[in-house]
Amino acid sequence: MATQKHSPAIKGAKVLMVGAGGIGCELLKTLALSGFQDIHIIDMDTIEVSNLNRQFLFRQSHVGQSKAKVARDAVLKFRPHISITPYHANVKDPDFNVDFFKQFNVVLNGLDNLDARRHVNRLCLAADVPLIESGTTGFLGQVTVHVKGITECYECQPKPAPKTYPVCTITSTPSKFVHCIVWAKELLFAKLFGDKSQANDLNVRSSDGASSSEQAEDVFEHSKDEDIEQYGRRIYDHVFGYNIEVALSNEETWKNRNRPKPIYSRDAMPNDVSQQNGNVEKNGATNDPSLVSAMVSLGLKNPQDVWSLMENSRVFLEALKLFFMKRGKEIGNMIFDKDDQLAVEFVTAAANIRATAFGIPLHSLFEAKGIAGNIVHAVATTNAIIAGLIVIETVKVLQNDAKNYRMTYCLEHPTRKMLLMPVEPFEPNKSCYVCSETPLLLEINTNRAKLRDIVEKIVKNKLGMNSPLIMHGAALLYEVGDDLDEAMIKNYAANLDKVLSEFPSPVTSGTMLTIEDLQQELKCNINIKHREEFDEEKEPDGMVLSGWTQATSVVKEDKKSNANVGSTSSASELETDKNNEIETAPGKKRKLSDVSEADTSSVAGDTKSHGKFEVLDDDDDDVVMLNDWGSAANKKLRSQ
Amino acid sequence: MDGEELTEQETALYDRQIRVWGADAQRRLSKAHILVCGINGTTAEFCKNIVLAGVGSLTLVDDRVATEEALSANFLIPSDESVYGGKTLTELCRDSLKDFNPMVRVSVEKGDLSNFGGEFYSKFDVVVISCCSLSTKKLINEKCRKLSKRVAFYTVDCRDSCGEIFVDLQLHKYSKQKLEETIECQHNYPSFEESISVPWKALPRKMSKLYFAMRVIERFEDAEQRKPGEVSIADLPGVLKLKNEFCEAQSLKESHIPDALLERLVTDPREFPPVCPIIGGILGQEVIKAISGKGEPLKNFFFFDAMDGKGIIEDLSNNTGS
Ligand SMILES: [Zn+2]
Repeated sequence: MATQKHSPAIKGAKVLMVGAGGIGCELLKTLALSGFQDIHIIDMDTIEVSNLNRQFLFRQSHVGQSKAKVARDAVLKFRPHISITPYHANVKDPDFNVDFFKQFNVVLNGLDNLDARRHVNRLCLAADVPLIESGTTGFLGQVTVHVKGITECYECQPKPAPKTYPVCTITSTPSKFVHCIVWAKELLFAKLFGDKSQANDLNVRSSDGASSSEQAEDVFEHSKDEDIEQYGRRIYDHVFGYNIEVALSNEETWKNRNRPKPIYSRDAMPNDVSQQNGNVEKNGATNDPSLVSAMVSLGLKNPQDVWSLMENSRVFLEALKLFFMKRGKEIGNMIFDKDDQLAVEFVTAAANIRATAFGIPLHSLFEAKGIAGNIVHAVATTNAIIAGLIVIETVKVLQNDAKNYRMTYCLEHPTRKMLLMPVEPFEPNKSCYVCSETPLLLEINTNRAKLRDIVEKIVKNKLGMNSPLIMHGAALLYEVGDDLDEAMIKNYAANLDKVLSEFPSPVTSGTMLTIEDLQQELKCNINIKHREEFDEEKEPDGMVLSGWTQATSVVKEDKKSNANVGSTSSASELETDKNNEIETAPGKKRKLSDVSEADTSSVAGDTKSHGKFEVLDDDDDDVVMLNDWGSAANKKLRSQ
Repeated sequence: MDGEELTEQETALYDRQIRVWGADAQRRLSKAHILVCGINGTTAEFCKNIVLAGVGSLTLVDDRVATEEALSANFLIPSDESVYGGKTLTELCRDSLKDFNPMVRVSVEKGDLSNFGGEFYSKFDVVVISCCSLSTKKLINEKCRKLSKRVAFYTVDCRDSCGEIFVDLQLHKYSKQKLEETIECQHNYPSFEESISVPWKALPRKMSKLYFAMRVIERFEDAEQRKPGEVSIADLPGVLKLKNEFCEAQSLKESHIPDALLERLVTDPREFPPVCPIIGGILGQEVIKAISGKGEPLKNFFFFDAMDGKGIIEDLSNNTGS
């Protein structure tokens, strides 16, 4: 395995890396040390302070600069004679098309979001270039090999749906802190500072139906002459007091639950305290609205502290006041952002006050920020280990050593003595809509649903296509592109609002639609089946996509292939160890959410039954959970 | 802990890792002093990891002057001979490591580690040694064990595509999460000498073959008075002969230590670069666990071979009481 033996394969290889973040920095370094001479690297991100604890090619002075470019310069310092080509760009840019991908011998992903991973998977399949995929969270990580026709593709096993919560849990019956965070972020924050035209379920409907929701709407309006302190208390009393009283009036709800306790500002925070509240002047020195902080004006220092109800109430009112006084211009179009200090302070305080009302343990700002921002845990060591494993697989792929391809799990707790556990890759899933041509089945109410619903909920959200084209037989129903003339654009826009069964050639039970993405060179067929009713909670999309079942396979830990060259890990090749067979059954998949939620320790222990667990990379902004989950939660909330 | 808080700067820089191991562990890390003896690609990786993690200080020992060969798996050494020429490996690594995290003190100590007394080792919480002989390993391990203060001791070696880590934490108490609960546990570690004295016959049949192979090579170098890694294919007959003697004395079947494996280890004793971050990464995690007292540390050997891709823990201690 020593370097010299691999020299020709490594030296002649042209490699594409996607991502210069946590895994990317480690990988670029390891590729360079291993003798790779021609490396291309794509990353659209710029460097942030919270990257520096592990993305070791970057320094404080690089904050704000392109990751791909700075990473290149740093590696050239110890390997000046190799070629590294950086692209500060989104891998989904049309420039990175199938022809671009074809020039590479192998593609290595160090990405942090599902969307980009799927996109690269499709381009690799179309260009017939092997893909090595990876991800880490905390001490857990994995590396997988995807070679067309030989192993499964990245999408052969459906990815777990982002976690959503039932609407009523969020609006009326929270039982965990995360429910309070979702409420504070998706409902209260959005209501006060976000787009007013968006539907919002903040107000609890009382048992007598229509209730006073008309007048309740006005509660959130701030009239110019109203004292801001007064306004804040009115909001406080409405959402933590009145709304909970309304919820309590639904006796049925509380039969088997602990009844919450309404909280009013006068109780949580007597008047004399609020007199001292808010030394806005402490923020006076800064003219930069992004640096405004309620913690600063209240003299709260440690983000690890858990605030009392009174402190939370003061932060709540102070943050609200600061938004109106210092950041008035942004009100009406704000979206929660975990890097916005004031927004995090507001959401932490609101979630904690609500948690108090429902008897749920309170959390620090640091913890609340992690939950609200879906921040993924990340350490340098796991990324380094994963990068080493990627290069080992890369060398095998370049040598076409298919029988030795492995997917490897990096575990936190040993499983059968192993911290690094290799397993044979799965075969391609014959019913995968991405790498096989098996049609999908869509159950939908064809008399009610519009083409727009299919485009938004299925084509974009589920199939992950960027520039889709939809055909019914020879008829083109919809298409996206730069080269469309006005008449076509108009025609497609009109089609979006047509009910499926009302097209000239109706889309109804038995119809087959063909969906194509020209950039990804992916084409798939969907059989339509009419269905009248859908369960609002369980099937919030109002349609169900299926036919994309999981492969069932038995993976064997292989020990024969290397025996004759002195493999080290088992004493006797003749021994058969029944335990070494890992059975994978449908439905045993590790869920993304399981892995990325707090209790990482339990995950590694039970990989015996794993099919595959999806692991997130470490990056900051666009973790799968963040975007997908946020919007999915919204949609679900809005669907009621 | 003593309630000393992390600074704002530390909280911002270490945000993502505090989410993995907690603020308490981060505070302990920032007070820990680490000694690394022997610079190679694997220890360079380890040093990078713990400097990024934010330990209090890192001291490097290795008087060898940089040569072109030392660059091969070590990204801490600039490739320009006019920069590295005449400098020691440790000086060059120190300069690079300081840049990674200005909050960590990185320094160089000159001298031969077998001449350092107990007083020297007592300045550290963790001692990691690499590229040194069997007798030096035993010697330093014993010196650390004699101290009144508990010092965590590690050896790490990487040859070709194989790596080995040995861990001695003496009596180590730690906490681990079990479901919702935090439970307190402890491990009692044997010394290096005690571990390698366990009769081979008594070891489990499925014991990693790399363990045996490494002992043979280690003994061969010691007997021939070679520097660690100073072997070549020409030594294979001698190594195989020693293996046979070993197997006979220990009543182990000769096939238990495949000749092909020994051949790999003597043919290219240099590190296969992608193995360095794997071994250096596992070692980094183990040291972080040991310092923080959080999570179950490995006991007491770790083996990795890129040929089969397995990273395996083996417990070589007579006392099962842990
Ligand atoms: Zn597939």
